[in-house]
Amino acid sequence: MTFPYNEIVLDHFRNPRNVGSLENPDGKATEGSPACGDMVSVYINVDQATQTITDIKFESYGCASNIATGSIITELAKGKTLEEAKHITWKEASEALGGLPPIKAHCSVLAVEGLRSAIQNYEEKHGLIADRKPTTEETVVQRLKRVMNPMKGLDMVATQLVKSIEIKDGIIRVVVDLPEDHQFAASIKEEAKERLENLWDVKQVIIEFSK
Amino acid sequence: MTEQSIYLDNAAATRLDEKVLEAMRPCFFENYAVATSEFGYSQGLEARETLAQAREAVAAALGAEPDELIFTSGSTESSNLALKGVAKSLGMQKGNHIIISKVEDFPVLHSARALEKQGYAVDYVDVDEYGRIKPEHLEALIRDETILVSIQHGNQEIGTVQDIASIGELCKRRKVLFHTDATHTFTRIPIDVKKIPVDLITLSAHTIHGPKGIGGLYVRKDTPISKIMDGGFQEFDLRAGIENIPGAVGFAKAVDLVTAEENTRLLEMRDRVIEQVFSKIPLTTLNGHPEQRLPHNANITFHHVEGESVTLHLDMYGIAVSTGSACFSRSLEASHVMMAIGGDHERAHGSIRFTFSRYNAMEEIDFVVEKLANIIEELRRISPLGKTGGAAHDISV
Repeated sequence: MTFPYNEIVLDHFRNPRNVGSLENPDGKATEGSPACGDMVSVYINVDQATQTITDIKFESYGCASNIATGSIITELAKGKTLEEAKHITWKEASEALGGLPPIKAHCSVLAVEGLRSAIQNYEEKHGLIADRKPTTEETVVQRLKRVMNPMKGLDMVATQLVKSIEIKDGIIRVVVDLPEDHQFAASIKEEAKERLENLWDVKQVIIEFSK
Repeated sequence: MTEQSIYLDNAAATRLDEKVLEAMRPCFFENYAVATSEFGYSQGLEARETLAQAREAVAAALGAEPDELIFTSGSTESSNLALKGVAKSLGMQKGNHIIISKVEDFPVLHSARALEKQGYAVDYVDVDEYGRIKPEHLEALIRDETILVSIQHGNQEIGTVQDIASIGELCKRRKVLFHTDATHTFTRIPIDVKKIPVDLITLSAHTIHGPKGIGGLYVRKDTPISKIMDGGFQEFDLRAGIENIPGAVGFAKAVDLVTAEENTRLLEMRDRVIEQVFSKIPLTTLNGHPEQRLPHNANITFHHVEGESVTLHLDMYGIAVSTGSACFSRSLEASHVMMAIGGDHERAHGSIRFTFSRYNAMEEIDFVVEKLANIIEELRRISPLGKTGGAAHDISV
């Protein structure tokens, strides 16, 4: 039989580790990909003194790579300090799984996001609430770094898909360096739009294509 | 794990029938000559006769005359030829407006988009929750400039069958050409071109145990259409290129092998899978129309789970099905059909399509549903949806 994933991925898919939720977790978050529909929830318990993750669970409403990444990320994060866990990347998760197809990056990156957001949730609960800053080009770039380029397995900023960003009167205009009838144009557009639309001072997001 | 394999993706491709292969064999080894003009040599004239017989047989299944049927390489080419060939023939003199439905398969959808880029205006007819076009919307969209309406017969994903007789009548009344993509209905649901006013019909052999790479386009006499691929004068000067005689013969044989009894048997399998799933697995929704649907298509959304996960688990049991989930598609987009009928990703995300054929057995259905019940239960266990007290949102069903 020929499966679309390697044995490690299939193992984590069939027998995902640390599945479920925690009762009264210290931190929790749900990340979803609006474009593809996948969703992942991450729950953490944190030892306050050492700032380490003592327990972690995840739930997935997603495809095989989403489930496998959720599983591996819980293994990678368990026992790590919050600072260490925050810096686990999609690439590290993918490598621990023996490699994921680049086209699956956008579904599997959610688990990494979920872990980071759960940590952020913990930090916010413990007095580290971020200020409401006006949206800048830098904010937009940071958000677009969460939109994966399915051709490369890296985000759309790193792969130079963002041609220009303009912010004016609450309207963000992003030009993507792809033809509008490109195979992934619709997927990237929807994902980018959803990542930017929930910024507090943004009224409208316009994603355009260069060709 | 099992050695058994159960193939339920017959809308995508079917197993070739041995009888089809046998019918084709002489065209490879005995008379492999090109079909010559009527002034050719003996083998060429024989090949010409073989092709003519195949054409007659396929055309007869539609009640059409042999010279109203053009062999093509399949549905994609047929629909390209129908839309672009009509547009090319008419030019923009008559008008530049084309109407298709929102649930068309890619050949029609993308041909229309290509024409849009050339300056044609394309309107998309809305469908209801079952995927049936709204006739009043179609009627409202037709205008003086409209040259062609293209509405499929049966849907590739959710199996909904359109009332092409009424659509044809409407088009005839409004003097607009009507094309239908019958890739998934041909021989399964009868079409008689003597009774139904349809001008162009897309056909394919690959969905009925014929070979891949052969299809047809029915073109009613006097329909304005021009060839879109340059070359020789084959197929009534509408489709250039050496004729695929083995394919045509295989297509004709495949048409011949479909029986009414077989279609009834497929329908029983379809109804069995729907009935079994609904009785054994909670939180499920049938996609497409409950009655007006292909006899061999069941499409069901399993809420709170994602389709690619389901297909991979089933694959491990040797079961092949398809899903409308974005994670499964080449463009990472959720099925446009599922979006058109429901408008949300959730419905597409957990949708599984089962399509049956001559080579499926009733026992397979029970095995599949039994495995499916376990898989869905397991995936729901790890899903954040549908739980109380979890972090995640619930999605109302």
